[in-house]
Amino acid sequence: MGRTLMKGNEAMALAAIRGGCTHFFGYPITPQNEIPELFARELPKAGGLFLQAESEIAAVNMLYGSAAAGARAMTSSSSPGLALMQEGISMLAATEIPCVIVNVMRGGPGLGTIQPAQSDYFQMTRGGGNGDYRIISLAPATVQESAEMMQKAFDLSHKYRTPVFLVSDGMLGQMMEPVEFLIPPSTKPAGDQSWVLSGHQGRRPPRTIKSLRLDPAMLENHNLKLQGKYSRITRRESQFESYRADDAELLFCAFGSAARIVKNSVDDLRQNGRRAGLIRPMTLWPFPFPAFRVLPEKCKSLVCVEMSCGQMVDDVRLAAGGRVPVHFYGRCGGVIPEPAELSEYAEELIVGGAV
Amino acid sequence: MSVIFKKTAGLTETDTHYCPGCTHGVAHRLVGEVLEELGLLGDTIGCASVGCSIFSYNYFNVDMIECSHGRAPAVATGIKRTVPGKTVFTYQGDGDLAAIGTAEIVHAAHRGEHITVIFVNNAIYGMTGGQMAPTTLSGQKATTAPTGRNAELSGMPLKMSEMIAEVPGATYVERVSLHHPKYIRKAKKAILRGFTYQLQNRGFSMVELLSTCPTGWGLAPVAALEWLGNNMIPYYPLGVLKAPEEV
Ligand SMILES: Cc1ncc(C[n+]2csc(CCOP(=O)(O)OP(=O)(O)O)c2C)c(N)n1
Ligand code: SF4
Repeated sequence: MGRTLMKGNEAMALAAIRGGCTHFFGYPITPQNEIPELFARELPKAGGLFLQAESEIAAVNMLYGSAAAGARAMTSSSSPGLALMQEGISMLAATEIPCVIVNVMRGGPGLGTIQPAQSDYFQMTRGGGNGDYRIISLAPATVQESAEMMQKAFDLSHKYRTPVFLVSDGMLGQMMEPVEFLIPPSTKPAGDQSWVLSGHQGRRPPRTIKSLRLDPAMLENHNLKLQGKYSRITRRESQFESYRADDAELLFCAFGSAARIVKNSVDDLRQNGRRAGLIRPMTLWPFPFPAFRVLPEKCKSLVCVEMSCGQMVDDVRLAAGGRVPVHFYGRCGGVIPEPAELSEYAEELIVGGAV
Repeated sequence: MSVIFKKTAGLTETDTHYCPGCTHGVAHRLVGEVLEELGLLGDTIGCASVGCSIFSYNYFNVDMIECSHGRAPAVATGIKRTVPGKTVFTYQGDGDLAAIGTAEIVHAAHRGEHITVIFVNNAIYGMTGGQMAPTTLSGQKATTAPTGRNAELSGMPLKMSEMIAEVPGATYVERVSLHHPKYIRKAKKAILRGFTYQLQNRGFSMVELLSTCPTGWGLAPVAALEWLGNNMIPYYPLGVLKAPEEV
């Protein structure tokens, strides 16, 4: 299909269909509407099903039923919608149902705004639903990456039998960039199907998908099994990009849209002889702690930049482990930081002797 | 020696946890028998809801999925839209269906989902210990209505079947009762009809079963059956509220 100019939201939807997604359930919310709209147009043509739900609560439960019956299914929403889905997401994690959930983040709290923000980092990495569970969270920074991660999301969700988040934002979802679909289309759901509800045909005992375990020992065992899976994921699946970081004295950390802007600042600062670099988490959970294990030799401080009041910075502080100071620069409420203001902030740190 | 009665193959051998005299057991048996008689046990997926019947996934001899409180009709929608050839049902209490899950039930009916809903109305929250439900009768005592349901404070009990019958997408809605063998036989016919419409792809069917909760009501089993007949049926009239015109 070659390189095509399209919005991040459209690229994700098309990539999902290439990734073998056959069922989509969702409820309208800005700034993600291009996703359900594209599915409504294209999924029936591909032999799949698009269904508009009466709420995000219903959407995530339809997703649960559909995926439990063996479909490659997904939903998408934006921040307040994700908040409504959290009960269902906890259930999907508990019952180990593979599926994909896209969050095109907007500013909060409350209804907030329809403008882009990254203030759902907690919602995307710390749960929001009840119980001890983790959700793989992939964070693209370009339209191309949005498409690639979308396809990968389905494979990961089947590999580990777990829901996967794709964390975009209003800027990345709405912006147009050239995209090329390079990963070959996948068709069949991968792996073990022994849990899928299909009717026992009188040939096997009835199957149950459930989360309830009233016996504490049994629930503890189930939790330990889930934790085992989460630690396998943590060991294997964390991903980051390192940009001009090797000799950096000042090391930024940012993801998604904020990381794109930071890259410009890094280039500006470098032109002015400042040694700046960037670590960009591509997975928010598992957070790429290995990226920080060995800091660049000359690194004097870390600067976490987010389009929020500071959420990922908690993980960056954990990663830094007190070795270097961690500073935070954030814009919120839908305000997008300018590269110049980031460079200025960095200059101040350097001149002030913090770096 | 010929067998004149045996347990339906629609239920597993597991002992149920229901209280003595609770009609959840009767409701289970009727659903199990109907699925067996229609030859559907191997091709059915049931949605268990939150309430005393949550463990129904251990009792029905079909594939089952546990649903969050009130969400069974949405889960059933996802299943049926993925495997339309399977028979899909929900089994929901009145707290589940008439309180927390009102949006899901109304919209599943509204979309005309080809599912069958077994709605067990015992006018109380059984599992959590006898709190007031939207269906609790006026004046009926509950732990959260210690002096009896007060309509000024909590409104009059909700008639879900009448509501759902008004939804254009609903095909078949009937209210039956489990308080007496004569009524139980009628209830089975209604359940059979509900599943038959689903098999014929004729849309959304719901059977409301007036049911007892001796424990929540603080009554002995027989007194509970009598209470149902004397108090619930006058407010919740039995009968077909909606059915397709037969050709
Ligand atoms: C989100 C949520 N809220 C509340 C509960 C607690 N809860 C469990 S069962 C139940 C009521 C069930 O009553 P009903 O549907 O009438 O079924 P019954 O037990 O009477 O058969 C409630 C409120 C829950 N499990 N989940
Ligand atoms: S509490 Fe009520 S509804 Fe629950 S099992 Fe006991 S009698 Fe039945």
